[in-house]
Amino acid sequence: MGSTASLPTFKDGTYRDDFSFKNSPETVVRAPFPFDKDEYMYAVNMELHKDGRKGTAYEEPIDMDEHYLAEMRDRALVLDEDPLRCQSLPHMEMAGWDTLELLMECKAASFPEAFSLERDGDQWHWINRPMGIDQHFTFGDATTLPYGPLEYITRQAQGDFVVLDERDGNLWMDAGMVTTQADWSLDFDIGMNFFEWHAPVPLAHEKGIFQRALKYLLAVQQSNPARRLNWTMTVNPRLDTSPENYHQWGPENTHITPENVADKLFLRIELQSFWRLPRSNAILFPIRCYLLSMRDLSTVPKWATRMHRVLKSLPPELSSYKGLDNFREIAIDWLSEYDDGSPTTPGPFPD
Amino acid sequence: MSTPAAIDVVVSEVVEVNSLIKRFHFKRPDGAPLPAFSGGAHIIIEMQDGDQTRRVPYSLMSSPLDTSDYQCSIRRDDEGRGGSLYMHREVVPGMQMTISPPANLFALDLRANKHLMIAGGIGITPFLAQSSQLERTGGQYELHYGVRSRELGAYIDELQDRLQHRLHMYYDEHNEAMDFDTLLSTQPAGTHLYVCGPAPMIEKVLDTARAAGWPESHVHFEHFSKAPPGEAFSAELSESGISVEVAREQTLLEAMEAAGVDAPYLCRGGACGQCETDVVECDGEIMHEDFWLEDDERASGKKIMPCVSRFRGKRLVIAR
Repeated sequence: MGSTASLPTFKDGTYRDDFSFKNSPETVVRAPFPFDKDEYMYAVNMELHKDGRKGTAYEEPIDMDEHYLAEMRDRALVLDEDPLRCQSLPHMEMAGWDTLELLMECKAASFPEAFSLERDGDQWHWINRPMGIDQHFTFGDATTLPYGPLEYITRQAQGDFVVLDERDGNLWMDAGMVTTQADWSLDFDIGMNFFEWHAPVPLAHEKGIFQRALKYLLAVQQSNPARRLNWTMTVNPRLDTSPENYHQWGPENTHITPENVADKLFLRIELQSFWRLPRSNAILFPIRCYLLSMRDLSTVPKWATRMHRVLKSLPPELSSYKGLDNFREIAIDWLSEYDDGSPTTPGPFPD
Repeated sequence: MSTPAAIDVVVSEVVEVNSLIKRFHFKRPDGAPLPAFSGGAHIIIEMQDGDQTRRVPYSLMSSPLDTSDYQCSIRRDDEGRGGSLYMHREVVPGMQMTISPPANLFALDLRANKHLMIAGGIGITPFLAQSSQLERTGGQYELHYGVRSRELGAYIDELQDRLQHRLHMYYDEHNEAMDFDTLLSTQPAGTHLYVCGPAPMIEKVLDTARAAGWPESHVHFEHFSKAPPGEAFSAELSESGISVEVAREQTLLEAMEAAGVDAPYLCRGGACGQCETDVVECDGEIMHEDFWLEDDERASGKKIMPCVSRFRGKRLVIAR
């Protein structure tokens, strides 16, 4: 957090209807590519969220890229149609203020040209220049903001945000803002504990992964956030692949052909991080989604090669759970052109 | 995760609360606010005691609403491993020290309809912070506080001013004892119970709650006892390929740290489970001092909590 990142030039683009979303080449190479090897299996792949590598999505603790304004517009559209995408159980109000403080402080420190926060006791002044927001409010008094604290700040931050209450040696999904999700629903999961909301995931239970992951998460402390990556694939650059809207995006899973796969099929990467919140003792769980088309991947030879090998070697249970069965073979065929069989260099970053 | 981002602080004030307790105030060197925290949180104070590094957890007693400083009250324990003696004898205003960020293993359940707090002796400290927090956020609570005598009871006047009718005092010197049976059988539904104090008191409260049918998820406790001293012993670390000598007043965890082994921990009081370690070989007896392992795990001799537990015998090999 010592140095500040350069401000991206914000782009227009849509995540629905005409799907005009497009990555610029700089945005492709900074993505948090999720495969550090040529095959993929579940692991407790958590590490400390720090020492951000320059020019990558890890550079700042809370990343922002060229799609910021487009993504915030898409979130507002989702919320207009379905206000239940943002919920907070009554005991989570304090955690909402903690979240607001964390995100405002991170954004102001990382991108001072875009954001500023001035604090005088509980009298705060927040400026979000890209979104044209200038807000004076009283920290701790929700009547001084147009929304509750969690909704207010997560309408101004890319990625989904889940807030986990810690009780009885477990974590409970008791608040969140979820509009860019890979086929799960906050409204369905709210109030569930860590094991309940992970129940549908195959293979990982047998490997004892959830017990170890929970133990790791309970040890996440203030000033020491952790992170992990997850991934799936999405047809069209659609952020809101929710169960609520399955009728809109579900049928698209059969629309991939050898002709359109390069631009219509996306690797969907989730950069998940875990932050202990100070006043509420809750854990903030941001899930930031990055979309890379197969053509985007092909501009980074190592990534295209590795994506090819990961898809080829993926266990059938995982392919099915992630919903890849309709287009996996088509993607493998298209990507095979980028795999000459030679070894890849270690680690996830481009050569 | 084992070495949390440390905070450099200056001891800004040391106050003698009574003949056994001193209160230590910590500030940042530049006077900036310290991280916010929740009532019930502790910090780990790092002490450079000669060539030994001690890391000892203490509850934060100051108000979570005021992070201009952190305050801990520490009772002198003449029989302990020496952490409190070091704090009482060596720590003076102006000294630079290192602390961990706050962590909370004794948090309020914010869903509670009512918080019932029971404190014994120096076990009052987390409740000082929690009651300050509840004053801000609202929430029904009452505090039952038992002390040996008026002279040795800390912060009674302050609590009476702040809590008024919500404070119930019990003095041993007047033969006043808490009637746990009545107290725990007359609470409204949705009450959460919190107890911190000497081990026998905690046991008694937990037994009474269990007998009265309290759901376990509504009962919270924190031991303030620290790892006890014991005889010196040695342990082999199978993954690091070294042996460590654990001195009389050292813990196994401290001995591993002194040898440069990065072992996980959170509470350093045998409660959180983070340092749980597999025992590879044990020719002797493990003296379990933790509140984490189940009875059958202890009996199996396959697990040890190195932040508090010790060993007596010929050979101990642990997977670290």
